[in-house]
Amino acid sequence: MKLKISIAAIALLMLSACAEIRGTGDLGLIIERGAGSIQIVQTTDRESLATIEGLGDLSHASAVYSRDERYAYIFGRDGGLTKIDMLTHKIVARTMQAGNSIGGAISQDGKLVAVSNYKPGGVRIFDAQTLEPVAEIPAIGANGERSKTVGLVDAPGQRFVFSLYDAGETWIVDMRDRNNPAITKLRNIGKLPYDALITPDGRWYIAGLFGEDGMAMVDLWQPEKGVRRILDGYGRGEKALPVYKMPHLEGWAMANGHAFMPAIGHHEVLVAAEGSWKEVDRIAVHGQPVFVMARPDGRQIWVNFAFPDNDTIQVIDVPTRKIIKTLKPGPAVLHMEFTPRGEEVWLSVRDDNQVIMYDTTTFAEKGRLPVRKPSGIFFTARAHRIGL
Amino acid sequence: MRWSLHNKRLAAFAFLTGMIVTAAGVAATAPVDATRQAELSVLLEQDCGSCHGLTRKGGLGSALLPDNIAHFTDEALIEIILDGVPGTPMPPWRRFLNRAEASWIVDRLRQGTSQ
Repeated sequence: MKLKISIAAIALLMLSACAEIRGTGDLGLIIERGAGSIQIVQTTDRESLATIEGLGDLSHASAVYSRDERYAYIFGRDGGLTKIDMLTHKIVARTMQAGNSIGGAISQDGKLVAVSNYKPGGVRIFDAQTLEPVAEIPAIGANGERSKTVGLVDAPGQRFVFSLYDAGETWIVDMRDRNNPAITKLRNIGKLPYDALITPDGRWYIAGLFGEDGMAMVDLWQPEKGVRRILDGYGRGEKALPVYKMPHLEGWAMANGHAFMPAIGHHEVLVAAEGSWKEVDRIAVHGQPVFVMARPDGRQIWVNFAFPDNDTIQVIDVPTRKIIKTLKPGPAVLHMEFTPRGEEVWLSVRDDNQVIMYDTTTFAEKGRLPVRKPSGIFFTARAHRIGL
Repeated sequence: MRWSLHNKRLAAFAFLTGMIVTAAGVAATAPVDATRQAELSVLLEQDCGSCHGLTRKGGLGSALLPDNIAHFTDEALIEIILDGVPGTPMPPWRRFLNRAEASWIVDRLRQGTSQ
């Protein structure tokens, strides 16, 4: 009898222990922009697992993941850097590291987290485990003034790369010796770089310029060659249209040997050949593109738009470069994220307080989750992608 | 004080607009009703907020808290909202806002945020 009870007890213990063990590969988080909270979600069953409050001002927020995909680092607008445990749904570390921030990156080895700051302008680097400060890099450009920093990404060789918005420069920081950051400063890249992308192989860093028709490109295999202007004068002769929201550049928009990038001030997606970076095509779209993102297999490009066209999504077929679908998910579609292999996409519909999932082959709606003023969606599969 | 100036300006504007009762003229001089105020609140928080921050502490765009804009007249701020600032990312909002609505937004900026 006793033996039976103890066997039952052990079996019960094992069962409950089993129930608690899970991987994190199908998890993700969604920023609740107005509430200063996040939801942790699971993409296999499209469900919300938890809401975590108290992350401060998330009006512009992004996230990166530790290489074990257990921890998320959330970069808030107010300079808050928060480390979240995706399994226990707890905040495990948090620091207010600046007054105003725009985003961050995690190093190649996963041991450093860097944050791009507007105020005070520069980049601060932290230990990924403890969030203790490791390095501070004030972004003082050739003009002698402190600049806002944008387009911060990780690059192979334990490097971080970012651009100086006010000064028009791109800096490469080598963190192999974490106590002695080695900084390469590339000057005069162009006016008002507003964001940047790094290609998925970590070779090409491309900054979008708000102040000019063109982009500034650095070959990170040969940074000594400096900055090269690409797609120069893409809007030449055309009147630039007003831009009601700054586009984002993300490294995913590489597909089939081509880069797909938002034009600024023109309702077009620019297509350039990877390597030569010559313009191959430009695709007329519904509005000012904000995110231009490739499905993980590179067959489709999904585009969302700035105000006042932000109720619409368009899908471009990569081989034909034609728009094959226009969707109207609802008011203010702010962001999209593909499931790791791209059979589904999740869209944040801010003013409907919904995240909507679509099948990327049939474009059928697959589900919805109520989320308060959703903005960025970040799945853990980003952990192993350079530049994300 | 500011409110009376505001009213005078609106009155002057209404006078100048006079009897041109086109649809646009009506919209430009009509007071901002409650429904429109709710829409403008969302626009201010979300769309202005995408560059200036939800709490108006700034982002790529400048901070818009009362102290940050104290040195601008209402008129200057209305012009900036309607016409943008050339050479910077601040776009013109004239397509979406009339003068009375821009003025209402300026009043809201002067009041600051609750935080």
